[in-house]
Amino acid sequence: MSKSTLTLNERRLKRRNIAYKTMGQCFIWLVLILMYIPIMVLIVYSFTKATNIGTWTGFSFGLYSDLFTSKTGHEIMVALGNTVLIAVISAVLSTLLGTCGAIGAFYSKRKAKEVIETTTQIPVVNAEIVMALSLTVMFVFIQSYMLGGSNVFGFWTLLFGHMVLEVPFVYLSVKPKLEQMDPALYEAALDLGCTQGQALRKATLPEIFPGILSGFMLSITLSLDDFIVTAFTRGAGLLSGDKNISTLSTLVQEKIKKGPIPPEMRALTTLIFVVVLLIAIGITIYRNRTVKKVRKGREG
Amino acid sequence: MEEKQTIIALKHVTKSFEDGVTVVDDFNLDVKEGEFITILGPSGCGKTTTLRMIAGFELPSSGEILLNGQDISLLPPNKRPVNTVFQHYALFPHLDVYDNVAFGLRLKKVPVETVNRKGEKVIKMKRLPAKVIDEKVARALHVVDLDEMEDRDVSTLSGGQQQRVAIARAIVNEPKVLLLDEPLSALDHKMRKDMQVELKEMHKRLGITFFYVTHDQEEALTMSDRIIVMSRGVIQQIGTPEDIYNEPVNAFVADFIGESNIYNGTMMSGTTVRFIGGTWTCPKEEGFEVNEKVDIVIRPEDVLLGQEGKGVVDGVIVGKIFKGVHYEFTINVGKNEVLCRDTHDHEVGAKVSISVEPNNIQLMHKKLTINEFTDAVIDKANNVIIGEDAYECDVTQLLTGSHLDEDGYLISKDGKKYDLNGCPVIAEIALDKVEISDDLSSGNTQGEIIAAVWIGDHYQYIIRTEDEEDFIVNSPYSWMVHDTVALSVAKEDIVLRLKKGIEDYEID
Amino acid sequence: MKSTNHKSHKAKRTLKSIFAFKRKYLSIPYFVFLVLFVLIPIVIILVYAFTKVDDHGNLTGSWDSLVTFFSSPAKINVLVVSLFIGLLNTILCLVIGYPIAYLLADKKVNKNYVLVMLFIMPMWINFVLRTGATRDVLNMLGLKGGEHPYVATMIGLVYNYLPFTILPLYTTMIKLDKAQIEACRDLGCNPFRTLIHNILPQSVPGIVSAAEMVFMPTMSSYVISSTLSEGKLTLFGNSIAFAFENNLWNDGSFMATIMLVIILVTMLITNRFHKGENSRGRAF
Repeated sequence: MSKSTLTLNERRLKRRNIAYKTMGQCFIWLVLILMYIPIMVLIVYSFTKATNIGTWTGFSFGLYSDLFTSKTGHEIMVALGNTVLIAVISAVLSTLLGTCGAIGAFYSKRKAKEVIETTTQIPVVNAEIVMALSLTVMFVFIQSYMLGGSNVFGFWTLLFGHMVLEVPFVYLSVKPKLEQMDPALYEAALDLGCTQGQALRKATLPEIFPGILSGFMLSITLSLDDFIVTAFTRGAGLLSGDKNISTLSTLVQEKIKKGPIPPEMRALTTLIFVVVLLIAIGITIYRNRTVKKVRKGREG
Repeated sequence: MEEKQTIIALKHVTKSFEDGVTVVDDFNLDVKEGEFITILGPSGCGKTTTLRMIAGFELPSSGEILLNGQDISLLPPNKRPVNTVFQHYALFPHLDVYDNVAFGLRLKKVPVETVNRKGEKVIKMKRLPAKVIDEKVARALHVVDLDEMEDRDVSTLSGGQQQRVAIARAIVNEPKVLLLDEPLSALDHKMRKDMQVELKEMHKRLGITFFYVTHDQEEALTMSDRIIVMSRGVIQQIGTPEDIYNEPVNAFVADFIGESNIYNGTMMSGTTVRFIGGTWTCPKEEGFEVNEKVDIVIRPEDVLLGQEGKGVVDGVIVGKIFKGVHYEFTINVGKNEVLCRDTHDHEVGAKVSISVEPNNIQLMHKKLTINEFTDAVIDKANNVIIGEDAYECDVTQLLTGSHLDEDGYLISKDGKKYDLNGCPVIAEIALDKVEISDDLSSGNTQGEIIAAVWIGDHYQYIIRTEDEEDFIVNSPYSWMVHDTVALSVAKEDIVLRLKKGIEDYEID
Repeated sequence: MKSTNHKSHKAKRTLKSIFAFKRKYLSIPYFVFLVLFVLIPIVIILVYAFTKVDDHGNLTGSWDSLVTFFSSPAKINVLVVSLFIGLLNTILCLVIGYPIAYLLADKKVNKNYVLVMLFIMPMWINFVLRTGATRDVLNMLGLKGGEHPYVATMIGLVYNYLPFTILPLYTTMIKLDKAQIEACRDLGCNPFRTLIHNILPQSVPGIVSAAEMVFMPTMSSYVISSTLSEGKLTLFGNSIAFAFENNLWNDGSFMATIMLVIILVTMLITNRFHKGENSRGRAF
């Protein structure tokens, strides 16, 4: 269509649409840039060795090598190891527990299901600090009244703390998948010769797998981001020897109480940012592919 | 034709759920090997539950299911040599066509004779070799006309193709019986017709027993060797499609199979019956008494139209639909409607006479177990209207756990609100719950006693009200035929059932 | 004979149903976990809130914690300030997040999912680290937390909770019934009226869950406020943590109980909102 065939009205409409689009995109990018300023500043200053951000002492990769050699660097790497380890272990266990819980509740009678659902809601709406404290109080209670004062705080208490945080979210991501699933699939598997266990594995599990996966990812996210529960329920052990287990969030909290973010941390932030960016791009590609697949299915 | 063996037998199978509802009641059936048998009935009649009990998804509350003489009623589904084609196919979306069809084969273990280390021959249970699975899958896909489709994703298939995969997935296991649960209901009309023919041919080729469940009478008539008509958990009739169509044993079957005119009639003599204001000659049949209430079925194609005054009754054509080969007329005879098929054209508004060959009048005993009024309606005051008279009743029984609020709206257990005004229901009144009185000012309505029979220890009366509703009443007291009496029914004795969903009557 | 046969049949059936593997049993470990690590701890907190340790070291019922809390203007002040900050943060996040979510979900403006991911991505970088970075950058810009505790804290809170607002809003926005919006325009609404009468009511569930994601966590957060205000601003979360750190368990438990009550109240309110939204949806 050539431009001249457009009526005045159409042209006005088109112009308005373009203006709307430009303004919308400008707004989105403006907020994005504002949101990323702190992280970007950290990334920029990860290439200089100054203690404080705001002072530039020349370009250098020094902080990156410090990360692996200096004392603070070592502390950071131990904390990073703890963080990742706790995140993975707690996410795996939570995913297992939450998925079983969701499947079990889905096939339970209405009353039992309601009780389980309501209990699941509690940690979701509860304030993290209340949750962390109530757990701690219980652990102390066990420690002083049941174990005669010997220390219970350590890896296990931390693990349980993180699991409480994650388990309900796994349940809530698996549940809708079960509800969307055709109940005849499980029966079809039985009909074709599966035992009940085989049917769960071969028919139900593949159907709810996307829910399990997103529950797992959510668990990892919650664990990585957590500070309060970690700070209260941690104890000595794991990679830290006699000292309290420190994760990235507790370590950073201790450091920024006293001064600026440790310079080595800026280097690590940059590395984390790159990894997260790659994951984000990966998720987008995966998503686009599944969307296309569904579309193709509908056409065919 | 040689006598085939019974492959599946259901003996006194009953299924009640925990809430006390009996969905299948004393079901007895023998299925012969290689038969195409269909359970036909409206939704909720228990047909799917019966099928699920054979498949093993539900356990019968009592009774036995025998397969080749062995009781399988407690076996889990995976141990039963039957396979199911599900209503919405239930294909595994994460598997492609090949893997879906091979699903059952991969789980199967067969005895294989091998030589062990000591050189002895032993029989071991082994999985099928991949080559055998390949061949079987290819053959099954060939049977359903899906050659070369192995690698397709099931989500890319059309409804008809998915249907075929579902059939292939079931028959590849060589089941003794193939169970089909309304497999064509999700297909469009044209596809459904084609699949009916194909299923029938597949049945012939495979030679296995097909156990088919449907609510579509046309499907049942086209494909089946035998049809079981079910209603409310009870078998109404078992017979060949011809039997069921031509000689329905009761009004329910007649109404459900094909289109039919069904009327209430009264036997006048051994060979005459009175209904819709005329006296008709009917075939002489044993077992019908004079004055007995009967159901009459006349198929629309058996109604003969003639010049006014030349038939048994006269009527006016009020509707006409051209159906291709014939016209379908709706004729009003008094307050009754007669459906008629004729190849000749008549104008709407024309006066015609109606006659029927005596042999085409199908007489059926009425079950005198209960008064059932199928066209009752709830009115504004939550009374039930039967005929033109209002009876007090308890509408909360329509919805378990519901109650009425002060404005007369029905409130369900979960707080939904319903205005039942105009809601069609089926009202049932037990024979001994109708009170007869000669005080004509009392009671809900008045009627004339048109028949009285002494049955052992009590009288059974048929009382016709002024608006031509017939009540059958058991009473220990003696009344005279042609007496006019008052009838009354207590509120709690009227049993109500919904005709359709209550959702239409929900209000905010 | 027949009846005994029937009986054994029935016995076999019940035996089978007791020992058979049932899918519903899978939920038992899950439920036990929740009882052990969610319900029992809360019960213990409730017990501590209304007891005290007497001279003999025994727990006795007492209203001391309640009296201590309500007789301290400072503590009540903290609660009021926290409620106010929580509300303010919720409103700010919604005001910024709502248009963002709408624009992201609008195919005319944005067809790219990467942009959505960019908004969610900060969630994956530890929030303590982000908070520290925010403080350092604000210091660099001359906005010292010690001098402007409220401004600095609010910036930190909005930074932290904006992704949590955008995500639920976005998921509601992509499900908006486009036909309804077009019908609204067709019936003569200008864009503003369409927003007020159709888009907003349609997106109420998203707004409610976004608010839930922000309000309570803000009130009970304590890292952000103490870091960014350099200790000048105390939120309710800080008070609770402080009480426990100083072994004032009964007082701390009582404050935690207050939190639980507030949570319960907000839950009841949001539930009503969901219902109201439904009936309004039908009225359209």
